[in-house]
Amino acid sequence: MSVTDRAAPGAADVQKPPEVRRQTKGVRGNGLATVIFLLPMLIAFGVFSWYPIGRSLLMSVQQTNLISPAEFVGLENYRYVLQDPDLWTAVRNTGYFAALALVFGYPIPLLLAVLMSEVRRWRGIYTALAYLPVVVPPVVAVLLWKFFYDGGPDGVFNTLLGWIGLGPYAWLNSSSLAMPSLVLEATWAAAGGTVIIYLAALTAVPPELYDAAEVDGASIWQKVWHVTLPQLRGVLLVTLILQLIGTAQVFLEPYLFTGGGPSNATLTVLLLIYNYAFGSSLSGDFGAATAASVMLATVLALLSALYFRLTRAWSQ
Amino acid sequence: MLSIRATAALTFAGLAGIGLLSACGSDSEGDEAAGGKVSITVASDAGLTPEAIASFDQQIASFKKTHPNIEVVREEYTWTGPTFAAKLAGGTLPDVFTVPFTDGRTLIARRQVADISEEVAELPYAGQFNETVIAAGQSEDGKISMLPTAAYGQALHYNRALFEEAGLDPDQPPTSWSEIRSAAKQIADRTGQAGYSVMTKGNTGGWILSTEAYAMGGRMSQAEGEKQKATIDNPGAKQALNLIRSMRWEDNSMGSNFGYDWNSINQAFAAGKIGMYVTGGTTYENLVAQNEIEPSEYGLSVLPLEGTDAGVLGGGTLAAVSVKASEAERKAAVEWIDFFYMQKLITEDGAKRDAENRQAEKQPVGTPQLPVFDQATEQQRQGWIADYVDVPLEQMSHYTEAAAAQPLVPEPPVATQDLYAALDPVVQKVLTDQNANVDELLAAANTEVQTIFDRN
Repeated sequence: MSVTDRAAPGAADVQKPPEVRRQTKGVRGNGLATVIFLLPMLIAFGVFSWYPIGRSLLMSVQQTNLISPAEFVGLENYRYVLQDPDLWTAVRNTGYFAALALVFGYPIPLLLAVLMSEVRRWRGIYTALAYLPVVVPPVVAVLLWKFFYDGGPDGVFNTLLGWIGLGPYAWLNSSSLAMPSLVLEATWAAAGGTVIIYLAALTAVPPELYDAAEVDGASIWQKVWHVTLPQLRGVLLVTLILQLIGTAQVFLEPYLFTGGGPSNATLTVLLLIYNYAFGSSLSGDFGAATAASVMLATVLALLSALYFRLTRAWSQ
Repeated sequence: MLSIRATAALTFAGLAGIGLLSACGSDSEGDEAAGGKVSITVASDAGLTPEAIASFDQQIASFKKTHPNIEVVREEYTWTGPTFAAKLAGGTLPDVFTVPFTDGRTLIARRQVADISEEVAELPYAGQFNETVIAAGQSEDGKISMLPTAAYGQALHYNRALFEEAGLDPDQPPTSWSEIRSAAKQIADRTGQAGYSVMTKGNTGGWILSTEAYAMGGRMSQAEGEKQKATIDNPGAKQALNLIRSMRWEDNSMGSNFGYDWNSINQAFAAGKIGMYVTGGTTYENLVAQNEIEPSEYGLSVLPLEGTDAGVLGGGTLAAVSVKASEAERKAAVEWIDFFYMQKLITEDGAKRDAENRQAEKQPVGTPQLPVFDQATEQQRQGWIADYVDVPLEQMSHYTEAAAAQPLVPEPPVATQDLYAALDPVVQKVLTDQNANVDELLAAANTEVQTIFDRN
């Protein structure tokens, strides 16, 4: 090793500290610029996110119609909401929606993605078809499905089922069928997005693993169970928690399809909150609405924390 | 000294901040311009055709000729429950806006509308209003805080074509609830369409149940001193619910859709899917404007009143002034209400101008309504516009001949919308569950409404 060779690392060592100093100085020197560039975002978040959150917390302990001066009522709004029989109906219904969505809405996109990843020809078309419902505006989709769910014998679904001797069913007019009807549409509407995520994740699964499994004589089912699912578990965990949070906040479908009916059979927690605040032109019970919102947010935060704690080992 | 980057950032941030602040800023301040001029925003229906907008602007121009110091700015506004609550809370209502009778007393009690009683007292017709009608816009001490611009009683609307198809005489609509039931069954059996339908969503289920209960002698609440007592489980309400239960489960005469709100039931009725339904007596205007109903198929009659104290639930429209309006804006707003909403009811020029405007907007002229003042004034108004009338009045004769004689009863005065909301699930339950227990449902709703009353 020559002197020059030996000197090189030393020279680098000597040069390194000034470089660090320069970076430090750079940050300090542009500190104002950093803050100023951050300012629009801080203002935007502050005005449209943090301030409303803070205001909601405050309003949950007030009785106010936003015009007369607010009156501090302590935990009265929380007590009122917790004693409202509709709250527990809404919690039960939301749980039911989440359970149905989990049983049907969660595995279907995965199944579709696995099947589509096996298809060699026309894959783009299948992907586009799967994604198409996501492109349809949600309100349009609901109006379309409302038409399908017509409870008369000449409704679209009833006509189709009539050909095989079934029905007619009341669909949205039946307390027992209304919620599954909502889940069916919600699954159709949302599956495409999840399918795309799974398809992207599937491309990251090393093909050698399938080759090795095939050499070992694994069946298709065994390949899915022992290779695909373990490789996707990170994505599966994220989509699961997103679905759970999403279904806990389901609003659009019950609002547009049934308005929470028939007889509160599809009243969900978020719809109840909406009803507190805007259900009637004058009720404007913003205290009850914000109290229920704070409780919902707390429950979701706790559930998310618990979920990540329980699945920490598996996700690593 | 700031670097170029810092200066650029500062400029960017400043612009963004100004943008945000201006986006969040209020536009209601400083409407009183210099020189004693005052500017007000007034409601015009959302979604008007270009002809209707031009006609509205022409009215503004006419107003300005006699009120040169008042600048009037048209603002799109149509009352809907959820948007009204948000606009009221957000302070974004126009200076002059309209609300249904349902909300009048509560808005006044909560001081969510401007107190215009002093300005109204100066109007020449302030003491001539129909007592039942003006009650919706009066505070508890009798001050007029909102002006009624139109009034109606609930009525029975029926499809003459379905009546004929079912072998019923369209010129002899039912005059009792049992006749309504038998006619509904005949229509359902012979035409396959719903003989009778009711609204059930968005508080309309409670509205129509209350209407039917009133018509059978019931009342949904009563004053007890300063408090309100819920009386939802009254005999009239029980009778009304049992009637629709029989029609639904014994006669199968109510079709297959039990999720109607006001818009969708109008749509279904205009499309010939419903034989009869109950809604406001002036709904023909909406059926023409929004649902393109075939006029020859339309029929209107009064609700049958049965039992002691039976009455017709009344409704209508009130004009109000924003609580944020300054004194000058308030005075200007009442001037506009007088010009735009009231003159057409009491002066020949106003009535004819309104009829001409409606014709220009392709709106029906002459839909019968209840007198905002007295019967003689209303008949006088109808005489002024007789040449413009284009609604099928003969098909409404069963209503026009009997409506004035029916006792008009105001809606429940406190937490009206909440009371209706609590009854929606009751009506839905009766229509979708054969084993629904009417007594238990009404008792539970009564408790719920009493809790709301107590909270108010």
